[in-house]
Amino acid sequence: MSRLLDVRGLSINHGKVEAVRGLDLHLDEGQIVSLIGPNGAGKTTLMAALIGLLPSTGSVAYDGQPLLHHHSVAQRIDRGMALVPESRELFGPMSVEDNLRLGAFSRHRQGFRDHNKTLDEVFALFPRMHERRAQAAYTLSGGERQMLAIGRALMAKPRLLMLDEPSLGLAPRVIGEIFQIFETLRQTGVSILLVEQNARAALKISDYGYVLEIGEIVLEGSAQALAQNPRVVESYLGRKPASADLLTPQPPSATAGAPIATPAA
Amino acid sequence: MTRRLLPLFLLLLAAGLAPQVLPAFHVTLLNYIGLYSLVALGLVLMTGIAGMTSFGQAAFVGIGAYATAVLTTQYGLSPWLGLLAGLTITLVIATTLGLLTLRLAGHYLPIGTLAWGLALFYLFGNLPGLGGFGGIQNLPDIRILGWDIRNDADFTLVIAVALVVSIWLLDNLLHSRQGRAIRTLKESAGMAEAMGINTARSRLQVFIIAAVLASLSGWLYAHLQRVVNPTPFSVVMGIEYLFMIVLGGVASLWGALLGAALLTLIKQVLQDVLPQVFGHSDNFEMIFFGVLVILVLQYARGGLLPVLRACLPAPRPQPLPTAKAPALPKRPVPPRGAPLLEAEGLVKRFGGLVANKDMSLKVNGGEITALIGPNGAGKSTLFNLLSGVLAPNDGKITFLGQRIDGLSPRAIARLGVSRTFQHVRLLPEMSVLENVALGAHSRGKAGLLRSMLHLERGEEAALLTEATRQIERVGLADYLHTPAGSLPLGQQRIVEIARALCSDPLLVLLDEPAAGLRYGEKQALAQLLEQLRREGLGVLLVEHDMEFVMALSDHIVVMEFGQRLASGTPLEIQENPAVLAAYLGGIE
Amino acid sequence: MDTSILAFLAQDGLTTGAIYALVALALVLVFSVTRTILVCQGDFVTYSALTLATLQLGLVPGTVWLLMGCSIAACLLDCGCALKHRHWRQIPGLLVRYLSLPLVLCGVASYVDLATLPAALQIIMTLAIVTPLGPLLYRLVYQRVAETSVLLLLIISVAVHIALVGISLQMFGAEGVRTHALADTVLMLGDLPVGVQSLLVIASALVLIGLLYAFFGHTLYGKALRATALNRNGAQLVGIPTQLAGKSAFGLAAFIGAVSGVLIGPLTTLYYDSGFLISLKGFVAAIFGGLASYPLAAVSAFLVGVLESFANYGASAYKEVIVFTLVIPVLLWLSLKNPHIEEQH
Repeated sequence: MSRLLDVRGLSINHGKVEAVRGLDLHLDEGQIVSLIGPNGAGKTTLMAALIGLLPSTGSVAYDGQPLLHHHSVAQRIDRGMALVPESRELFGPMSVEDNLRLGAFSRHRQGFRDHNKTLDEVFALFPRMHERRAQAAYTLSGGERQMLAIGRALMAKPRLLMLDEPSLGLAPRVIGEIFQIFETLRQTGVSILLVEQNARAALKISDYGYVLEIGEIVLEGSAQALAQNPRVVESYLGRKPASADLLTPQPPSATAGAPIATPAA
Repeated sequence: MTRRLLPLFLLLLAAGLAPQVLPAFHVTLLNYIGLYSLVALGLVLMTGIAGMTSFGQAAFVGIGAYATAVLTTQYGLSPWLGLLAGLTITLVIATTLGLLTLRLAGHYLPIGTLAWGLALFYLFGNLPGLGGFGGIQNLPDIRILGWDIRNDADFTLVIAVALVVSIWLLDNLLHSRQGRAIRTLKESAGMAEAMGINTARSRLQVFIIAAVLASLSGWLYAHLQRVVNPTPFSVVMGIEYLFMIVLGGVASLWGALLGAALLTLIKQVLQDVLPQVFGHSDNFEMIFFGVLVILVLQYARGGLLPVLRACLPAPRPQPLPTAKAPALPKRPVPPRGAPLLEAEGLVKRFGGLVANKDMSLKVNGGEITALIGPNGAGKSTLFNLLSGVLAPNDGKITFLGQRIDGLSPRAIARLGVSRTFQHVRLLPEMSVLENVALGAHSRGKAGLLRSMLHLERGEEAALLTEATRQIERVGLADYLHTPAGSLPLGQQRIVEIARALCSDPLLVLLDEPAAGLRYGEKQALAQLLEQLRREGLGVLLVEHDMEFVMALSDHIVVMEFGQRLASGTPLEIQENPAVLAAYLGGIE
Repeated sequence: MDTSILAFLAQDGLTTGAIYALVALALVLVFSVTRTILVCQGDFVTYSALTLATLQLGLVPGTVWLLMGCSIAACLLDCGCALKHRHWRQIPGLLVRYLSLPLVLCGVASYVDLATLPAALQIIMTLAIVTPLGPLLYRLVYQRVAETSVLLLLIISVAVHIALVGISLQMFGAEGVRTHALADTVLMLGDLPVGVQSLLVIASALVLIGLLYAFFGHTLYGKALRATALNRNGAQLVGIPTQLAGKSAFGLAAFIGAVSGVLIGPLTTLYYDSGFLISLKGFVAAIFGGLASYPLAAVSAFLVGVLESFANYGASAYKEVIVFTLVIPVLLWLSLKNPHIEEQH
């Protein structure tokens, strides 16, 4: 398996805030990797920087080639990256089918003309989209919008699909449906980088996971190991008051992790 | 004070000497520059500082000119009555237009100014009695105490006096409480309302001031030219005024003069030089201007004056108010543990989406309450309901027993509730002291006129002393005169808290105060909040940083899907299985 | 007034209304995609008419040199960018893309006897000269400031308009022109005379509107432009480069302006500075459409044309006052509908 995404020392400044600091991240072809962590950790900023919407420092290599800051969003998409953002960014008044067809714009510009076939594949994956193909996107429910957003990204036949909080605002049953689809996608050769607040759902389908806390990776390891690591819970809900005192200087936190999980340096 | 007066004296001196020294033609040019500067001053205030772009100022110049033209030629009245009439009509029309159009959002406002600017221009050309497009001729001279102001040289001093007085008044205004309020209008109107500032009234005041200045310029112009026709009051001229301030320095008073001078002189040079080179010049002048403005907007968006100023040494900071001003009256603090804010059964819908459903919350004095929940839980919506930015569809909110749901942020602020913002909303160019003093806005009373005439110094000293006190209280005394934008984020957040404290609140609402802070900054923030708790204030914070929240709060409320999931002490929350499921996620 | 005068005024009004409709459409298009209020749209119209008139006189229109100049400038800018990133191989492609059409046009203009060209070729040449000015304008002036506030973009547009008017005076002089009519005949509909040229204008405008509708509704590029107008982030994420959208919008606007100039040239005398009033009236119509709705803008434009026609006849001095004052309540209503256009900057 080759390394599809190789991030080293990534730092992102968002205005005055250093949102992400010295981040290392790797994803191999065919893997599903999750980035979990509480809100405000910098996950969305990271996604935006990887797709080229935000500037960053450090090195990012995609498929062996470096991604430099002047590579525009369109260029990265041409190379096979795709992002389904937290805010979905659908074209509300346009129909479901139009939204999907627009997903193939980058391939169309590169000369491909097999969009009808790709459209059929997406409809097979999301039958509800086929039912609603003529409806305007803003009439869809939350879960359906998420499906449309994913479907649109898939129309570009990406090699690396990045999703920012796909479970956001979805009922548990729908979350299960959608996450199952990620497994299906992996089998068709799409690698997936998932950023999620919902740690359980994410780790359940992932191969590997990173825990992001306030711009830094504090824990990483195989998904199974992370799922059993109480340090993950602390990440979300803080250390219990007895063991933490914010008002006096703290020694660096000791990670009481299970042996398989690796605390980041 | 003398530092500000010196350039004004120099200007008057220059205006007095110039006609003796310069050839007549240059004196005429100077007069025009002066007249344009008057209009540009108003535009700097209105567009550069308060953020309202107007293409229609030339119409107000026209009103001033035509009012005096009609009254002096057709009714034989004194030019001073013409001035009075012009100013009155301007006031009436400006107030009407202001009330109608200033509420236009974003880019609709300049389009609106274009509309009425054009309408007024065509009225000038078509109303009977105004002489049509030929205009009115033979205006009489202005007389001041027996002195006939007849030729250009006489006018120079008069125009200079008008200019100097206007700059002095506006400068006073900008350095007062009202001036601080005006400076929020461009980008932070929402924050201003939360500080108790009536932004709609402020905008109208600025609009009227700009209109009055333009009208004064029109009056002077009419008696200088002694002929009035519609051409100089067209929208084209209105656009030129905008160009002046863009070139000169869009947000500085002296930039108005610089821009007016630059535009006039460059036009003149082009008209002199180009015929010799090309045989005719008009078209090149236009091309040149267009290109110049484009370049300035691409590379020096604030205008040329800031570029020039950057080359000069930085001015010394203003001295502190040394007189011990009397302390401002404070609100009586209710006993610790007494309920301050109570929300019951709040519902908020956005179309089909129910953002808050049956939310209840209580904040007591002398306690820190935290509102937490996963992304999309409805915390921001609840926060906006409590601070008055949104009104609930159902339910009620009371503060010290009084209903506040549906009240404006301004009214809520006045009752003793104060807030900070998720993305820091300070005015980066203003000093920390002035930013914090904004918080005390509703504790002052000085109106527009008093501020312009520099008569509110006592109250201003009291406000600044209070602001200084709060800045010392939060530990930032070293940064009193530093521009707020140059501080690191952690300190900016603390400045916001100082500003919130400056309104003498009983309850402080903090919106993600720890977001983006480093560990040391969070420690400092936590210590500050502890201190506020000790002093009996109530604190409600929305936060994502669990470490911070768990260590600091007395009471935590957890939200999920718009509803209250759990509430209790930090330990209770951390051990609540429903909360764990909400955060870490559940799947079926 | 009797029916024949009524018919005449209506015809006159609808004809000018058709042009205002095209201008309004271009304004709405450019605004929705790039948030720029294209004040110089009317200048595309005048440039087109003046260019065609000059060709018909057998002279070389200055616009061809303007095109050459702008093309060279834009080419240099893009080559500079390519050099900065060491993409040497892009440079030949850039040179071809930017310079081939202008070179051909300059060649034709200099060496061919322009007056003897058939009318169709003259028209095609005019369109070929004016249309590329749109994307070039975008590249030279707007691309760098594409993300600034609507206000700043508006001020820049005004500056561009002023520069273009100046250049127009330089190129064409102060005299007005009328181009040769494409059709001189007059039909009789019962008792009413109907000019074929007018019919041509209205028909062409409707056809163009129809083509635009088809373009936006049924081609992927058209949908991409619509998408950019609806959601710029979403468009980027789908791989639509923002510069492509901007240049396309400006290109379409210039094309629409060029066609308008060719259509209206025979019917009205146009001067180097006629563009402003044309833009203004189209703009009023676009405002009535909320700067967002094409059908509303088009209908308003026809109304403005007819209103103007009747008011001219009635010698009403206050027609402009009425029209411009009416804009204010429309703006108020629009503002109430979209309160959150808080432009931060």
